[in-house]
Amino acid sequence: MTDLFQLLISGIATGGCYALAALGFTLLWQASGTINFALGEMVMLPAFMMLFFIRGAGLPLGIAFLLTVTVSMLVLGVGFKRLVVDPLIRHGVIPLVIATLGLSIGFKNLARVAYSAQVFTFPSIFPDQLINLAGVRVSVADLGTLALACGVAVGVQLLLNRTLTGRAMQAVAQNRDAARVLGIDADRMVMYAFLINAALAALTALLVTPVYLAKFDMGDGLGVKAFYAAIIGGFSSSRGALLGGVLVGVLENLVGAYISPGYKDGVALLLFLVVIVFRPEGLLGQPQARRV
Amino acid sequence: MTSDTMTALLDVADIRKSYGAIKAVDGVSLTVAAGEILGVIGPNGSGKTTLFNTILGQVAPNSGRVLFEGEDITGLPSLRLARRGIGRTFQSLQVFGRLSVRDNLIAAGQEFLDTATQRLFAKPDAGLGSRADEMIALFNLGHVAKREAGRLSYGQQKLVDIAMAFMPAPRLVLLDEPCAGVNPALIEELLGLLLRLNQDQGGSFIVIEHNMDFVMRLCGRVICMAQGAVLAEGTPDQIRANKAVLEAYLGD
Amino acid sequence: MTLPRILRWGALAIAIAALWLLPTTLKSYGIYILTLWCVYVIAGLGLNLTVGYAGQISLGQAGFLGIGAYTAALLAKLGVSYLLIVPASASLCFAIGIGLGFPALRVQHHYLAFATLGFNMLCFLVFRNEDWLTGGTFGINDIPRPVLFGYRITRAADFYQLTLVMMIALAALMALLLRSPWGRAFAALRDNPIRAESVGISTTFYTLMAFAIGAAFAGVAGALFAPLVGFIEPASFTVTNSLAMLLMVIVGGSGRFFAPAIGAVIVVLLPEWLRFAADWYLAVFGFLIVVMMVWLPGGLLSLPDRIARR
Repeated sequence: MTDLFQLLISGIATGGCYALAALGFTLLWQASGTINFALGEMVMLPAFMMLFFIRGAGLPLGIAFLLTVTVSMLVLGVGFKRLVVDPLIRHGVIPLVIATLGLSIGFKNLARVAYSAQVFTFPSIFPDQLINLAGVRVSVADLGTLALACGVAVGVQLLLNRTLTGRAMQAVAQNRDAARVLGIDADRMVMYAFLINAALAALTALLVTPVYLAKFDMGDGLGVKAFYAAIIGGFSSSRGALLGGVLVGVLENLVGAYISPGYKDGVALLLFLVVIVFRPEGLLGQPQARRV
Repeated sequence: MTSDTMTALLDVADIRKSYGAIKAVDGVSLTVAAGEILGVIGPNGSGKTTLFNTILGQVAPNSGRVLFEGEDITGLPSLRLARRGIGRTFQSLQVFGRLSVRDNLIAAGQEFLDTATQRLFAKPDAGLGSRADEMIALFNLGHVAKREAGRLSYGQQKLVDIAMAFMPAPRLVLLDEPCAGVNPALIEELLGLLLRLNQDQGGSFIVIEHNMDFVMRLCGRVICMAQGAVLAEGTPDQIRANKAVLEAYLGD
Repeated sequence: MTLPRILRWGALAIAIAALWLLPTTLKSYGIYILTLWCVYVIAGLGLNLTVGYAGQISLGQAGFLGIGAYTAALLAKLGVSYLLIVPASASLCFAIGIGLGFPALRVQHHYLAFATLGFNMLCFLVFRNEDWLTGGTFGINDIPRPVLFGYRITRAADFYQLTLVMMIALAALMALLLRSPWGRAFAALRDNPIRAESVGISTTFYTLMAFAIGAAFAGVAGALFAPLVGFIEPASFTVTNSLAMLLMVIVGGSGRFFAPAIGAVIVVLLPEWLRFAADWYLAVFGFLIVVMMVWLPGGLLSLPDRIARR
């Protein structure tokens, strides 16, 4: 029973990390129709950036994180939008898929050249302790990760629903032309989505790297699972991304422990297939009428 | 149409469709006889498009039935309607953009021949080359026959679109605002073409259109809709003289 | 025959003759790479049908390559004749390809990309976890080269020429398919599925066929891949390999007949030629793809059109 509880908690924490990445993916997709195959690498790069600031420049983790968020918003936010997405988006989905794919190969191997194929440890922002929660020992890191992930998801949801800028972003996502008529600067709103995505990726890096360790290919599984989490939960809400992420994280842990560790990575896939067949709009998504 | 014993080609019986409290179509019945051209007019929001989409199986009616050659076709998907001999054109341009004009026409006719296996081993033009060339000549598209359809002018694409609907010699064609966005000279050409297709190939059409002059010159019978119901029905002259029709348009 | 047509056929004949004679100038590793190129071209021909002509997205082609390769390896170990192995691999992939087509009937674009990507992950997991059948992570060793009409094809150059003949035959088949009414129906499905349905073209049927035929080509490629490398393992059939194949088709110019041949040069041969760049190579390769997509979204084969339009 304690085992089960611990599996649940750590699954939820992992799921929270999937959810953060999924949130960024959802935002990009809604704002601009971009499918970002370099999502995993956009988590990996900030991890190495922080590592560089900590080890190379000797900065404390907090400052390293802030610097990394800034750099990644510039490079993975503004740069990515201006140099890759803007020129390609009018050519349809596939050229952009291929371009982000190329980006993923490029980033991964850049990190390998710069930092070799070794594994690097990464400091955690949470103390390495176990606390006793109703008779079950739970790691502080798991709880902290979970709390932070939930907090950010709620924050993004509030930003989108309660602020003028957020509402404008949603308007652009739903109907760009109509939003323009209303005097909304659509391009700027899309840019905000890219910036938030980049910041979320840096935050995800901060949370997952202590567990997964920094390695050039650490983004491989993460990116794909974030996509699945986003679709499972439903594209239209950040609650959906959170639900999808947590569901995938928990079920992975349970399948890994009780059924077969070999098929652990298939869980997200199976859930995804069930969802697209029976409820293509996702668990929390709004059903959309088919376009004629 | 008179109530003689001849069965109608299309028989639309008491269609009702509402969206919430709005009755988009409120008990419309109509028939189309073989060889007839029926015009449907009415102000915006009169329910023409909903009626059209119901006949084409895109909208499920709350009640009522659509019979084609005596068989119930209510709600059938467009593929099945096409196979039964109902062609259509769209309000917006709908061509196969990267195929040549000639290939567009052949594509529109090839699936009505033989089985899929036979088509796999058929000649590249599926034996429809001469039929396609006939249509190309009729629609005056000879000079662009080999060009990609997606790169033609709006008017030319419109002609391709309409020619495609007639490729398999359908028994009934539904034309959704064929004049929308088309220049006056081309509207004249279209009028002549549709009249010829009706006479030579015996096609029956239903035409939804805002261009009054076009409808009055093309159609043998016109239905005017308002607020989801049939307001008036008759020959173009009768419709033109009908006070209620005039008011419906002026009040719009 | 018009002059440009004669020139085109002439160029094709010269290219084929050159490919046939090329092994005499190459060492065994060069022949191996050239054979691998043929294998990838075959899989790419299929993927080009699915993606380029029928307008679907598939990130699962390496899964089919794997299914074809494992089928071929297992049957070869059982002593089944190679003349039966190739159709067996192709048919199995055809059947599974129909299955993969079903999600495509419900969802499009990004959903389809992830559905097919998921299929590839599933293939990988089965290859890795079902030890009793696939040998797990260690894979299957000592896959024999085929015996054809009592003659075992052991020399690298001979196996290359067998693969080349298969490639040309399959390319010819694909060309015939694309010229047939089916080819036109695939293009109609890609250009405008709603219009296609309204003129009687069953998008259901042609979507399933586009996946199934594309998969069958990968199956044949797999049946050649297994005896070529002699040793197969799950790592050869990952999502990354599927992405490489999609890359091949798109970089070549999706929906253009020779796209896989050109694209496979980039994906298979370029890495070998650029080995001197050592560690930097893959990083440069990745960013080059981004630059190329931004500059030429229609692929390399769209270059002549683009120059002509200037």
